[in-house]
Amino acid sequence: MTRSTSPTPVVNDNPFMKPMEWVSLALLVAVIFVVLPLLLDAFRLNLVGKYLTYSFVALGLVICWGFGGILSLGQGVFFGLGGYLMAMYLKLEASSIENTKIQSTPGIPDFMDWNQITALPWFWKPFQSLPFTLLAVLVVPALFAFVIGTAMFRRRVGGTYFAIITQAIAAILTILIVGQQGYTGGINGITDLRTLHGWDIRTDSAHNILYFVNAGLLVGCILFAQMVKKSKLGRILLAMRDKEDRVRFSGYQVASFKTFAFCLAAVFAAIGGAMFTLQVGFMSPSFVGIVPSIEMVIYAAVGGRLSLFGAVWGTLLVNWAKTSFSESFPELWLFGLGALFIAVVLAFPNGLAGIYRTYVEPRLTRRVKALEPAPAVALTHAAE
Amino acid sequence: MFGDYSLGDLGAIFAMQGFAGLILFSVYVLMALGLAIIFGQMGVINMAHGEFMILGAYMTYLCSGFFQSHLPALFPAYFFVAMALAFLASGALGMLVEWALIRHLYKRPLDTLLATWGLSLILQQAYRSIFGAREVGVELPAWLIGSVQVTDTIEIPINGMFVMAITTLITVGVAILMYRSRFGAQVRAVVQNRAMAGAVGIDTEKVDRLTFGLGCGIAGIAGSAFTMVGSTGPTSGQLYIVDTFLIVVFGGAASLLGTIASAFSISQTQSTLEFFLSGSTAKVITLLAVVGILMLRPQGLFTLKVRR
Repeated sequence: MTRSTSPTPVVNDNPFMKPMEWVSLALLVAVIFVVLPLLLDAFRLNLVGKYLTYSFVALGLVICWGFGGILSLGQGVFFGLGGYLMAMYLKLEASSIENTKIQSTPGIPDFMDWNQITALPWFWKPFQSLPFTLLAVLVVPALFAFVIGTAMFRRRVGGTYFAIITQAIAAILTILIVGQQGYTGGINGITDLRTLHGWDIRTDSAHNILYFVNAGLLVGCILFAQMVKKSKLGRILLAMRDKEDRVRFSGYQVASFKTFAFCLAAVFAAIGGAMFTLQVGFMSPSFVGIVPSIEMVIYAAVGGRLSLFGAVWGTLLVNWAKTSFSESFPELWLFGLGALFIAVVLAFPNGLAGIYRTYVEPRLTRRVKALEPAPAVALTHAAE
Repeated sequence: MFGDYSLGDLGAIFAMQGFAGLILFSVYVLMALGLAIIFGQMGVINMAHGEFMILGAYMTYLCSGFFQSHLPALFPAYFFVAMALAFLASGALGMLVEWALIRHLYKRPLDTLLATWGLSLILQQAYRSIFGAREVGVELPAWLIGSVQVTDTIEIPINGMFVMAITTLITVGVAILMYRSRFGAQVRAVVQNRAMAGAVGIDTEKVDRLTFGLGCGIAGIAGSAFTMVGSTGPTSGQLYIVDTFLIVVFGGAASLLGTIASAFSISQTQSTLEFFLSGSTAKVITLLAVVGILMLRPQGLFTLKVRR
């Protein structure tokens, strides 16, 4: 990955992004910011916006699974935490005294009223403030991930054990949310969200604006992830994934680096979850449990677990396939998804990015070389 | 929460819930035995294990229908045929899966997880296409229905005792197979040192295939037992997979005794708590306790001392 086999010395041996990566970024930005908004109607664009919120999770998984080698099957937990925290704020705003005057206790969310709760629980109270909510969306999942990560990685639990435990945590959180109907809205989740600080989020124009906010945040996250990848920290992550013991014997605290990767993935997932709530207008436990968590892993796997851009493409592609398949052949979709899991693992472990790197890029490079023989040296580097 | 009950009532409640827990325990043990063999011995995470179990349940369902319409005279004994068929069907499918899928992935355990998850989705959809999305139940023969009155307040269902007897038999059988037979010795040799086992003439590929098939076959029997306590649907298996993995990890992988001990403690905790709290709270508390203990003691209850 960091080999430097360039025959001629290049001025900057470790640029922030290689030329091909700038091209990939430009392509992605062009597609999300220009092509899709021009081509799609409001409904479809909102759908793509929903997919983009998933790609935050896939992005986090690239860092934590692809670079760090830690497979978390509980990313839905963090997606859900982010989403629920945001939904709590929106719900409180939607349950003003005027809106809920038919309830026996006006001013509390409707599902609490249905479950004979007469006062707002203490942990709901701070979510009347928007700054607190935004902070909580970032901090709560990070703290949660920090606790899990520290407890597990300090004791050198990794690999398959970690996957099983995160999965169990996802199961626990789902059961808890479904079971505690009065506090969480139960199986239906938190629905009927209306405004964000007075701004109606249900209109088409609001969906449009949220789409662009979403896309902007996503590009920001990609750039941040790229920064991490390029830094020394990113190199240690890779080294740890490949030879953990050597890194440990070199004097690095392996557990701290792993925890960092896990926390970063959690924060990304939480941002995605919060944006999901805004874009789609509700949050429910069906995005928290094991099934969605594993499905999110396949987005990263299809895109290529080592590729930040691949994660976004993979998410868009899988979800597009899911929507169009389940619209026309609902029976076939699960077969297709299952086959996709198996095919990606058996035949294309590096996903779309791997296919691109093995088949497309060599030809492209040859083309470019043939066009301009002298200054194309930098392109011989593999675009990561 | 205990305040409203007298001491005698509490005793009866604990006994009854304890017994209800024992049936859950039996299904857990059978599921976990298969998984402990596959995960503990081979290091493969088989996310489709629940679907192998459900295959066994569907075989039992088919068998009960077949005996009812064609061989009503033999109906009381159909359950034994059903269990054998469940074992064979799940085992055969397991060996096929090992050959087609798992053997390419032994070096990448995390990827087996994804691939078998894909397999489980395919199997679920296949069940849905073949048997329909509705849950099915089996007709129990007359001698399995009813219960034994032990005291005034405690009664024990017969099918529960039958399931437990089967579980005990199979557990003993697996223990003998793994620790007293030539095949078991080969399996343990391959687990401890694959290269060396191959060097002394053990056909490691064959051992892998048979081990995987055995684990899946036991899951099939678990499915057979499962039909007595719950109804079977295409996604019933998925509900059990997390619990089962936790049991195996909690017991300490590669330790059959640990698996049994952890299945016992988890099912009893859950079943006893269920009486006093709601089902979901009982489950949350149980799972949280297990995850908490695993964070403090990641190697599980029992560990095998192996030099690696």
